[in-house]
Amino acid sequence: MDRALDLTAALGRAAIATLRGTGAIALFAVEAISHLFRPPFYGRLFLRAFIEIAWFSLPVVALTAVFTGMVLALQSYTGFARFNAEGAVANVVVLSITRELGPVLAGLMVAGRIGAAFAAEIGTMRVTDQIDALNTLSTNPMKYLVAPRLLAGTIAMPLLVVIADILGVMGGWLIGTQQLGFASGAYLKATFDFLQAWDVISGLIKAAVFGFVVTLMGCWCGYTSGGGAQGVGRATTSAVVSSSILILALDYVLTAMMFTR
Amino acid sequence: MSGAGAPPRAEGATPKIRLRGLAKSFGPKLVLDGVDLDIRAGHSMVILGGSGSGKSVTIKCILGLITPDAGTIEIDGRDLSKLTRREREAVNDRIGMLFQNGALFDSLPVWENVCFKLLAQNRITRRAARDKAAEVLAQVGLAASVGDLYPSELSGGMQKRVGLARAIAAEPDIIFFDEPTTGLDPIMGAVIDGLIVDCVKRLGATAVSITHDMASARRIGDDAAMIHRGRIVWTGAAATLGETGNAMVDQFARGEREGPIQMELRK
Ligand SMILES: Nc1ncnc2c1ncn2[C@@H]1O[C@H](COP(=O)(O)OP(=O)(O)O)[C@@H](O)[C@H]1O
Ligand SMILES: [Mg+2]
Repeated sequence: MDRALDLTAALGRAAIATLRGTGAIALFAVEAISHLFRPPFYGRLFLRAFIEIAWFSLPVVALTAVFTGMVLALQSYTGFARFNAEGAVANVVVLSITRELGPVLAGLMVAGRIGAAFAAEIGTMRVTDQIDALNTLSTNPMKYLVAPRLLAGTIAMPLLVVIADILGVMGGWLIGTQQLGFASGAYLKATFDFLQAWDVISGLIKAAVFGFVVTLMGCWCGYTSGGGAQGVGRATTSAVVSSSILILALDYVLTAMMFTR
Repeated sequence: MSGAGAPPRAEGATPKIRLRGLAKSFGPKLVLDGVDLDIRAGHSMVILGGSGSGKSVTIKCILGLITPDAGTIEIDGRDLSKLTRREREAVNDRIGMLFQNGALFDSLPVWENVCFKLLAQNRITRRAARDKAAEVLAQVGLAASVGDLYPSELSGGMQKRVGLARAIAAEPDIIFFDEPTTGLDPIMGAVIDGLIVDCVKRLGATAVSITHDMASARRIGDDAAMIHRGRIVWTGAAATLGETGNAMVDQFARGEREGPIQMELRK
């Protein structure tokens, strides 16, 4: 009986801690967003964050997309050959990439790069008093550090995913034409014939949400970090882990919202 | 201007900063336990105390970086907790701070660090800021070419100077120095003390310095206060340090192991 009560109490504590954490992060996000509508605006910092996210993540995201497209083509070809549906390869590749794998894989890549980088950078600023210093220098750290990064992440991710979509389809086309014996024109025609605007747009909406979540978790973990170098290390890890999990969970939620009628 | 325990009452004039009953705990740990302190306008106050005695926390409370659990903080006779957010920002605009470890922005070159507040307040263009930075750097004995370096390229003494330059660039009324000479060699420490005295005098500012270096305290301070176990246990003239007649202060000043202050090796 006592043990059952202990267990219930532990569960309750965990639930309360989770709720409290979620609430704190939500308030953090709301405050950061509100700064996007109140001057001063830090265009220079937005640009720097944007280039950091969009330009410097391009190589990893591009590689991921190309290989994913190639693997998809191979796998679906060998799989579909079992029931004589090889013709569907082009459609499977483009739908999987635009609706699902483009945004999710790009999101996970960016979570590793940007979530970690932001958490480490802001966390270091926290433990070396640089965030306090901002306050004493007439600068709101939420406005200066967090708001530009959130905006940059939300805008940069869809652009990255557009490129990932194109490269993913190209990867599939490469394998399709070079190895699986499709004619180039026929493969491309099959790709675009059944593709709808919503397939792409839904992926870009996901991308924007993932970009927001990755930068939010990176900033939050860094901003609330403590305990010296070890604290910054912990902040970096939890930024990557939490944003990766959130991406996968939100991917399900968003898919359910956008595709079940 | 002496006496154990009782906070100094600045005769007649309102003190620049007045703390009453300031208390702060972190979890179960009581750090400030009713700090009472008056800091006279245009004077230099040094706060003494052992490591972890709450000196930095006191300053961070005054700056609004930490919210105290109880007590009042008045600047120019105005209770800070009663100010609106905007009024509070206006008060902070007139305060400069040199952090314990410099807290320079390592993503920005030195000139941008120095003119950060002026740029943030749009009091200066980015173009003019370089010249202004050179001017302020000269006041702390650094060449203009230092402006183009990044903080990580500077030695400890240079970082302190840049931190000092950043604290004074916007010509504040009140300046806080958190352990300005800790970690420097004695000569560089004396040089930094000299710069602090010069800068404070030139600005006519009220200065509050934290230190546990007695030589430094005597050089910088007009008044001194000692904090122990979260309370101010002594205030008096900085010049008398070492022969104050207060057992705790004298023990601290002479660095003796035996005395009323017992180091807590475990909490
Ligand atoms: N943000 C914080 N969270 C928890 N504990 C803190 C925090 N800031 C300071 N402390 C604790 O308060 C005590 C006093 O700190 P501080 O004022 O920095 O000491 P010092 O007098 O050396 O400047 C220390 O024991 C420190 O661990
Ligand atoms: Mg300190």
